[in-house]
Amino acid sequence: MRALTWQGKHDVRVETVPDPQIVNPRDAIIEITSTAICGSDLHLYDHYIPRMKAGDILGHEFMGRVVEVGPGNKRLQVGQRVVVPFVIACGQCFFCQKQQFAACDNSNPADKADMSEIAYGYPMTGAFGYSHLTGGYAGGQAEYVRVPYSDIGPIVIPEGIDDDKVLFLSDILPTGWMAAENCLIEPGDTVAVWGCGPVGLFAVQSALLLGAERVIAIDHHPHRLELAKSLGADILNYEEVNVREALVEMTGGIGPDACIDAVGMESHGMSIDNVLDHAKAAVGLATDRPHVLRQVIMACRKGGRVSIPGVYGGMADKFPIGALMEKGLTIKSGQTHVQKYTQKLLDLITEDKIDTTFLISHRLPLEEAATGYKIFKEQQNDVTKVVLKTKVVH
Amino acid sequence: MPTRTSPTNDAPLSANRRPAKAAAQVSGEDSLEKFELIGRTVTIARPREELFRFWRDLPNLASFMENIESIRVLDNTRSHWVVKAPAGQTVEWDAIIDEERPNELISWTSTAEASIKNAGRVEFRDAPGGRGTQVTATILYDAPGGTLGKLIAKLFQREPNVQARRDLRRFKQLMETGEIATAEPPAAAPRA
Repeated sequence: MRALTWQGKHDVRVETVPDPQIVNPRDAIIEITSTAICGSDLHLYDHYIPRMKAGDILGHEFMGRVVEVGPGNKRLQVGQRVVVPFVIACGQCFFCQKQQFAACDNSNPADKADMSEIAYGYPMTGAFGYSHLTGGYAGGQAEYVRVPYSDIGPIVIPEGIDDDKVLFLSDILPTGWMAAENCLIEPGDTVAVWGCGPVGLFAVQSALLLGAERVIAIDHHPHRLELAKSLGADILNYEEVNVREALVEMTGGIGPDACIDAVGMESHGMSIDNVLDHAKAAVGLATDRPHVLRQVIMACRKGGRVSIPGVYGGMADKFPIGALMEKGLTIKSGQTHVQKYTQKLLDLITEDKIDTTFLISHRLPLEEAATGYKIFKEQQNDVTKVVLKTKVVH
Repeated sequence: MPTRTSPTNDAPLSANRRPAKAAAQVSGEDSLEKFELIGRTVTIARPREELFRFWRDLPNLASFMENIESIRVLDNTRSHWVVKAPAGQTVEWDAIIDEERPNELISWTSTAEASIKNAGRVEFRDAPGGRGTQVTATILYDAPGGTLGKLIAKLFQREPNVQARRDLRRFKQLMETGEIATAEPPAAAPRA
């Protein structure tokens, strides 16, 4: 089959690789129809995530048709259309039983789980196409993919609903939703969202649906801010205004009740702390650049909530622990428990309460995936989301 | 074989900073001091009885213990173990179950002729809050110097605990999900 493979920093190529096979009873093979490039794929593209190997197939936002089902799967049938959660979860361990699917104890192969146990204290769950830290599973920017525990994860999509309406159930829509849910929104709340990429924009939509009085979205790309505005947010361009001061003034001196860092480890901006972070990362003194997280913690009101869907991977320098403790902030974070949210969000999509298609700026054939990465990386104002199609688009 | 460490610690022996020394002290058997002691606990969301039954059927262990080539049952307490070693070699020994409490504990010791003297126990306890069973495996083995020592070091990987924790992860996967997670190329995870 054809698949997008990672070869090194800023070097991805579509190559011919072996087809995946059913190896465990609960596996299924999916023939992919649509597959997206995620903002977090850019962390791989930039080689900010460790434990990548040349030849790894990327992609964790994908959907398609079931073409083969293992003997242990009593749920899926060949021919069904499914969206597959990026988190690989068994459904039976302590964590899955608590619906903390992104903490599944079983999906990371035993030999691969050592690395994250050393890095984070406990082994992390498996995920598609996201380094050997999360299992070394082949991703879905390909014609076919093997899906483990396929009786638990994939959600069956009724015929007649376009791929583009439901594809983002795989990651970014539940991620934006969980980011807003983690804000523990109360009536009258103002929620501030840093980053108007796909997750940030879905967090804006979700926070309003979950009852926020007001959402303030922060970015520096005019087009992305326009999209946030069209979803109902007030907007701030950090290149033009002092963000913390603006937020204090706009909330009558109280500050935002909840703040979402939808940016993560590769913050933009030319503030002094970020320039220093760049320098430290370049010489290996720190791994993550947490400029936004610092601003989030400083801007959040006393007793407020901080939600971190943005991806971090290692160590951050100059973390404002004093502001966090003295203000009594609550932090909620984590990779998304996708399986917990897919059915509810599919319902909201079919009821036309959530639209996801506005996000897609580019549709490309899989063969042009490398171009997709390049433009998503380099033209962030215009390229809001790239969806790859395995069949020729008409 | 002792498991608890000292009057001032409720932690298992394997968490001791000098586990073999602690084992020697607790048991009063000075000779244990030159042994290696490793251990690991996992919570498995299955009933104690089921896990005990699977483990007590010793040939089953080869299904999740990577280095075991075969386990042959000789009689109710004796078994013959064939374990993979580097360069296609194998190490073999006989083991005797010296203590068994149904659904709670299995303890074994290698016979005097074993080239790698070893002893171990696996304990099954109800986990709190209906979380299933806490399984603790503790293994004590002689770590001689010389060629054999090097071979054993390879057998147990960089640090001795690595193999034990990987094996217990696989045991948990098999018991909870009915399969062992893999992303082995090319079939399970194609790559360029």
